[in-house]
Amino acid sequence: MSQPFLELSLVSMAFKTRQGPFQALSDINLRVEKGEFVSLIGHSGCGKSTLLNIVAGLYRCTAGGVLLEGREVDQPGPDRAVVFQNHSLLPWLTAYENIELAVKKTSGGKRGKAQIREWILHNLKLVQMDHAMTKRPEELSGGMKQRIGIARALAMEPKVLLMDEPFGALDALTRARLQDELLRIVADTGSTVMMVTHDVDEAVLLSDRVVMMTNGPAATIGEILEVNLARPRNRLALATDARYLSARKAVLEFLYQKQLKAA
Amino acid sequence: MTTTATLAAPPEPASARKSDTVTDLGAVAAAATTTPTVKARAAAAPAAPTARRRPAWLDTLGDCAAKILPPVVTMALLLGIWELASSQAGASLPPPSKVVADTRDLILHPFFDNGGNDVGMAWQLLASLERVLYGYSIAVVAGISLGVLVGQFALAMRGLDPVFQVLRTVPPLAWLPIALAGFRDGNPSAIFVIFITAVWPIIINTSIGIRNIPNDYRNVARVVRLNGIEYFWKIMMPAAAPYIFSGLRVGVGLSWLAIVAAEMLIGGVGIGFFIWDAWNSSRISDIVLALVYVGLVGFMLDRIVSWIGRWVARGSSVN
Repeated sequence: MSQPFLELSLVSMAFKTRQGPFQALSDINLRVEKGEFVSLIGHSGCGKSTLLNIVAGLYRCTAGGVLLEGREVDQPGPDRAVVFQNHSLLPWLTAYENIELAVKKTSGGKRGKAQIREWILHNLKLVQMDHAMTKRPEELSGGMKQRIGIARALAMEPKVLLMDEPFGALDALTRARLQDELLRIVADTGSTVMMVTHDVDEAVLLSDRVVMMTNGPAATIGEILEVNLARPRNRLALATDARYLSARKAVLEFLYQKQLKAA
Repeated sequence: MTTTATLAAPPEPASARKSDTVTDLGAVAAAATTTPTVKARAAAAPAAPTARRRPAWLDTLGDCAAKILPPVVTMALLLGIWELASSQAGASLPPPSKVVADTRDLILHPFFDNGGNDVGMAWQLLASLERVLYGYSIAVVAGISLGVLVGQFALAMRGLDPVFQVLRTVPPLAWLPIALAGFRDGNPSAIFVIFITAVWPIIINTSIGIRNIPNDYRNVARVVRLNGIEYFWKIMMPAAAPYIFSGLRVGVGLSWLAIVAAEMLIGGVGIGFFIWDAWNSSRISDIVLALVYVGLVGFMLDRIVSWIGRWVARGSSVN
């Protein structure tokens, strides 16, 4: 078998707390192929964001390891750009400058001034925000901010795009629009994506595989569902598609029967 | 740290709030000429033109009056009370009318120079401002640097914070003898007193600002791999700017408080010395005039720092 693109092997994470160590994740194994869209789903507190942060390099796992193209992940970097849940745009910079901060630093001299500008505009157009390039985050709606956040991450040309509940803070209609946009962008750019979500429809609609996590403590991967739906996917057509509905049902069963958690 | 929390409150979005107040006051002034009921009806029914036809210049005038009148009235009242109280037989302080009469020459000729300490009020103030400029500038550089150190590194925090918390309670003038012993000269000692007075709020506010930088911004910096210098200029300074500038404002106010006291003791030239000299030769009116100038200059210093802060931190206090 060939070397996997992204490989998590026996990843465990223990946090130090006042009551002693807390085992958040234990023995997580996952292989992600290039161009694959994988989502992590589970009840809140199951450690799915922690796992994403480990892949991002923002946390160091306490056991096991993550390999990206055969190299160990030991620090954050632009090859694993993150779209944060609350956009994390710098409020004192315009949309353009927010992306520029990332591009200037990650282009590493391989682009000239004009090319940097062109690349930033290209990414703004990709998320259809080129009209708002001179606006500061406070002047943008939640959905627009998240678009800029996605553009900033894409502009770093990541090997893996990591998304931490990217649409969690948005209203349902905006969320649906951005999901459709993300489908288009991922198709255009061929990105490899790992996304944390707690939205079953979002996971099934967007993903090639849905990784379902058990409840913590010592959370691990419970089941992995392959979503064999052809792309491009259409939300309306899928609403009555039997394969879509059965995939959705499988995730729901996992979350609400096998992993039912006392709220 | 809890005791310093009040210093650290980031400046309110003053621009927005102030303009609200101004328009409110303007509306009040406008409403004073028409009765509120007429105004409400006029707004509801466009068929009542008499109540709404009001030239724009009248509104502007009303706005100005609403802004200028209250402080003018307050000043007039206070001066009136003072005049009355000091005009009694046997009053120990001069009334404002006498102050103006006594200090006519000082007011009209702020730039005279008869050599030695006998110079105009403007020179006295400039001498004090020069000392404040030196002492405060050193305090800004040292305060922000130490604040960043303490805010960014837990170890530095643990080591230095207790020292800061104790030293910052030492009254400014208590440092003067030590400074005089060290520098063996009045001028550097006064500058040192300014520095040591202004530096604490700057250190403490900067460190609180740094510690309050949202983790998200740090994560963005880590993913983009900003180096230390880039992180300092592109994330740390803008993110902490509202806190830093509230420290700078407190600092400049304190240094102006301290300079007057320090100059009373070291002598030479300066507004503090002028006040002490006037007291020694019983020129009470001169003291009153000096106090007015001290107040006005202190107010200006505060405005300047606040204005720079608002300009630098535009955008960064809003998230």
